[in-house]
Amino acid sequence: MTAAGALLPRRRRPALEMHGAASAARGVLSFVVVTLLIAVVWEGAKWIAGDPWREILGMPLNPPHVPPFNVLQLNDQNLPHVWDIVAAFGRPATRNNPFTLGAVLTDAALFTGRSAVVGFAAGAIFGLALAVVFVHSRLLERALVPYVVASQTVPIIALAPMLVLWVGTEWTSVALVSAYLTFFPVTIAGIRGLTSPDPRALELMRSYAGGWWGVLWKVRFPAALPYLFTAFKISATASVVGAIVGEEPTGIRGGLGRAILEFNTQYISGPEKLWATVLVSAALGIALFAAVRLAELLVLRGRVAAVEA
Amino acid sequence: MSARLPADVGSVGVSGASPVASAGSSASGADRQIVAVRGVQKRFSIGGDTTLALEEVDLRVEAGEFVSLIGPSGCGKSTLLRIIGDLTAPSAGSVEVNGKPAHRARHDRDYGIVFQAPVLFDWRTIDSNVQLPLEIVGTPRRERAQRASEMLALVELSDFRRHHPWQLSGGMQQRAAIARALVLEPRLLLMDEPFGALDEMTRERMNDELLRIWERTGTTVIFVTHSIPEAVFLSSRVVIMSPRPGRITRIIPIDLPRPRDDATRETPRYFELVTEVREALRGGELRQPAQGKAADEAAGRLGT
Repeated sequence: MTAAGALLPRRRRPALEMHGAASAARGVLSFVVVTLLIAVVWEGAKWIAGDPWREILGMPLNPPHVPPFNVLQLNDQNLPHVWDIVAAFGRPATRNNPFTLGAVLTDAALFTGRSAVVGFAAGAIFGLALAVVFVHSRLLERALVPYVVASQTVPIIALAPMLVLWVGTEWTSVALVSAYLTFFPVTIAGIRGLTSPDPRALELMRSYAGGWWGVLWKVRFPAALPYLFTAFKISATASVVGAIVGEEPTGIRGGLGRAILEFNTQYISGPEKLWATVLVSAALGIALFAAVRLAELLVLRGRVAAVEA
Repeated sequence: MSARLPADVGSVGVSGASPVASAGSSASGADRQIVAVRGVQKRFSIGGDTTLALEEVDLRVEAGEFVSLIGPSGCGKSTLLRIIGDLTAPSAGSVEVNGKPAHRARHDRDYGIVFQAPVLFDWRTIDSNVQLPLEIVGTPRRERAQRASEMLALVELSDFRRHHPWQLSGGMQQRAAIARALVLEPRLLLMDEPFGALDEMTRERMNDELLRIWERTGTTVIFVTHSIPEAVFLSSRVVIMSPRPGRITRIIPIDLPRPRDDATRETPRYFELVTEVREALRGGELRQPAQGKAADEAAGRLGT
């Protein structure tokens, strides 16, 4: 896109028009259909090359179905039946545990979700602040951007234990890890977005004798929003990854990271529990992504779709 | 409408003048000279090569005048406009606007600018685009709405105030840009080929409208254009500029009676003046358009 592109008027439909209520319903429907398709393929593969089927959807099969082929990756240990994973949500999380797996994982998702949301917010604010600084100071940009890039190449597994030492074994240190993964896309997109206005738009502001704050608030920031939302969507999922990964080496209890570690050790006796945990983690990421998308639709209402998400 | 005298025209814009905009706008005799360009030079350095874009330009513009700058590509007319508007600094010489240095005048918001592209903000409605300069100045919300609606009425866009820029035609967008430039009631309106991107029919209609707006607001206009008929139709004086190094070769007063309309475009005097401007442009300098244009564009970028 040219520098002028963001502000030059274009005849395009506004973002919201393309994503009206009917279109949203269609989106949900196609998601459900694709999910069902995946389940069918999953079970189809097991039907052809999995372990013998003694039951189907809880109904006994007599005689059992013996698949013609046998592929290791498709046996019940490596790829449990979809209904077994679903059923695991209703069974006790561990032997003698009064709570079901569903309840335990919901609690864990809320715990991790809190770290992710707080981390996302902190990371987004910090990332945007950095972008604002860089846009106003070429010197600082040149001096600090290499460090910003380097920060993302350091494995979070190495950093997380140090953060816990500094901040303590709290969910806040997990949020910090999450923020660490969140801020980078926001900074990069922020620099791009804040510098996207037409140079003549900045000259107009100059002719109104608008100070840097006026330029930032009235021109740069609104122009950057489509770019920022693209970054927020990347960051929303990254913040969940950051929170889960942040929990694992720190041994913080109560979240999905800990649940993954625990059910990993119990994989032989109950592989469906780990699969269920993975599903919940994915759902948490989708939930945060959807929340950002919804905010984007509301905030960018009435605009032309200047940036492809 | 009678022939217009600059100082005595009742203006829509003057109602509710903001303290900032009215600073230094007392119309005493000395203030009749609104722009004074003295010995302005502009040099650009591009990759070690220094180009002289403007050489010793002197220009006086009186309050209420409509002055066009015309010349081949690369003659520095846009650069001169940008220097007057303090968007770029001259290499030598001085510019006074309203008796103040250009820099001071810019901070006092003494002028409005219209570019060739409307540069409206997509995320704002037309109404809110026009209000933007008032927001910067800190005008209270209610007065903002009032002034914006006056300006939109002036450019006949009242029915489109809730539209977004991309829902309007090019001509309408440019009218909105003019309304925005006028909303601070500037004493000087700087226009850089504002209708250059429009088709001929729309351009003529916009010319009619611009004259009507100019007559109603009493603003002084400096207007950069490529179009000889446009310059003659609009102006009180046409300033002819030569290609690089740009300087003023002739100033042709346009004595067509006002108000001007479609009939004006068919009078013999109009054709005479168009011919005179054309010949003045042709006379003298060797033309070097391609090279000049590239340098002019580079110069414009450097000046940002």
